[in-house]
Amino acid sequence: MMTDLNTLTITQARDALRKGETTSVALTEACLAAIEGADALGAFVHKTPEIALERAKAADARIAKGDAPAMCGIPVGIKDLFCTEGVASQAGSKILEGFKPEYESTVSAQLRDAGAVMLGKLNMDEFAMGSSNETSVYGNAVNPWRAEGSTAPLTPGGSSGGSAAAVAADLCLAATGTDTGGSIRQPAAFTGTVGLKPTYGRCSRWGIVAFASSLDQAGPMTKTVRDAAIMGTAMMGHDARDSTSADMAVPDFEAMLTGDIKGKVIGIPREYRMEGMPAAIERLWQDGAEMLKDAGAEIRDISLPHTKYALPAYYVVAPAEASSNLARYDGVRFGYRADLAQGDGITEMYEKTRAEGFGPEVKRRIMVGTYVLSAGFYDAYYNRARKVRALIKRDFEEAFAAGVDSILTPATPSAAFELGQTHTDPVEMYLNDVFTVTVNLAGLPGIAVPTGQNSRGLPVGLQLIGRPWEEGDLLNTAYALERAAGFVAKPEKWW
Amino acid sequence: MSIDIETAARVAKLARIKVEPEALPALADEFNAILGFIEQLGELDVENVEPMTSVTPMRLPRRADVVTDGDQQAKVLANAPDAREGFFAVPKVVE
Repeated sequence: MMTDLNTLTITQARDALRKGETTSVALTEACLAAIEGADALGAFVHKTPEIALERAKAADARIAKGDAPAMCGIPVGIKDLFCTEGVASQAGSKILEGFKPEYESTVSAQLRDAGAVMLGKLNMDEFAMGSSNETSVYGNAVNPWRAEGSTAPLTPGGSSGGSAAAVAADLCLAATGTDTGGSIRQPAAFTGTVGLKPTYGRCSRWGIVAFASSLDQAGPMTKTVRDAAIMGTAMMGHDARDSTSADMAVPDFEAMLTGDIKGKVIGIPREYRMEGMPAAIERLWQDGAEMLKDAGAEIRDISLPHTKYALPAYYVVAPAEASSNLARYDGVRFGYRADLAQGDGITEMYEKTRAEGFGPEVKRRIMVGTYVLSAGFYDAYYNRARKVRALIKRDFEEAFAAGVDSILTPATPSAAFELGQTHTDPVEMYLNDVFTVTVNLAGLPGIAVPTGQNSRGLPVGLQLIGRPWEEGDLLNTAYALERAAGFVAKPEKWW
Repeated sequence: MSIDIETAARVAKLARIKVEPEALPALADEFNAILGFIEQLGELDVENVEPMTSVTPMRLPRRADVVTDGDQQAKVLANAPDAREGFFAVPKVVE
């Protein structure tokens, strides 16, 4: 009847399930087989085939009754950052070795309750700190894409690298991701997939291992914009257990995908034209603007004057919050505890546990955060960064007030790069997030859409940024862009 | 602003992360690279700008002052590296 079931989109699978053309068990078995053959990608780090098949059977029973929600029976991967009851949830860190939560995160619970089938947990940078998935305790996740004529392993991006690799390689129909500075959108762009970061407050943070609480937001990583709309609707919603969760109704985003963007104003921020930007990215961006114009949108040059201060502000705010959030890993309540020497007291226990349990990037950020919050520096660094953050948000507010509906930018400064490059300067890696981090600082929704390939055949994507709470409009613009770009390329299977 | 080895050691201590003395110079260098990057924020005039406290303009919600949770000692202790007799166990704190 159909091609390999694991290659379906959520939309195709849902429709086939409802018509009785396939079953969730069949979809799930196809994904589990694909996962078994894909260890070289390092995407799934904790596989849960028993849970998957049990949920698939339950989903089939529910679909047979005829009142199943859209995600019912859809096999998905869950980023390791989400706490999943009874299943290892390590945030890619040694310090959470052996941790099996006694509870389920709100987002994964909502997916579970909607009938989605969890296939397992997905690789990521340790505590979501990284842009290449190279800081993970599990080892690298690998991009299913390779440059033409090369076998060099490429990064799937980070921190949601395992999620992006798994979706691009058809190991699952979709996956959850989280995004603190670009961790959904950058890996999506590196793998030719779609990644949506909702408005801050849309998805409950409850049960998601915290990195920087004022920036963290979960979202769907999918094969198409329509799938992001479907899965996004299922993931979002108010949760009293997260005090920053928005008490607002979540619309049916899929119903808002008309593809009609006539009269919409698309802003092109001049500050995103970075020095040394590869010509392919520049061209992609121009082409994207042309496509939206052809679809009836008005293209308008805009200015977001504080853009260049977003990354430095982020590297104060995020480490500061991380240093506080990660104080809980003390070797007492969960996870790893270092072996202690004779006579070691509780301070030695903390210090050894954290030295051995955290990787170098996480330790670096905790300590930077500790420094910027320490007496005498709080005003100079942390308070100043919070003020700059207010200015960055104001830039966007002014653009929206002037009538801009969404903003088009490149998603990343380059296509996927090779794994294993040595980085002597940690700041070099941080530049990956230069186009995405502003969105987290301003709490806005953003989406990465694949729109082309570079000269080496690697996928490259654009980012659309929307008004707060208007994911539906944003998704619709993304849908118009996706249709115009017609990106259908798939990585050639080598794994 | 440059971080010396002594400051790096103090920060590591505050963060309760053990850093061997021979690793401190490299750590101080990394701090300096990151802080050098952050220094750019000093270029901006932020007089009369309110520091952001909440990215979405919302009041922190209140809930009824009632017990909503509890009675799950076994679950709370289930993931502890060392739990005994219903307690978390740690090295001796007081003599």
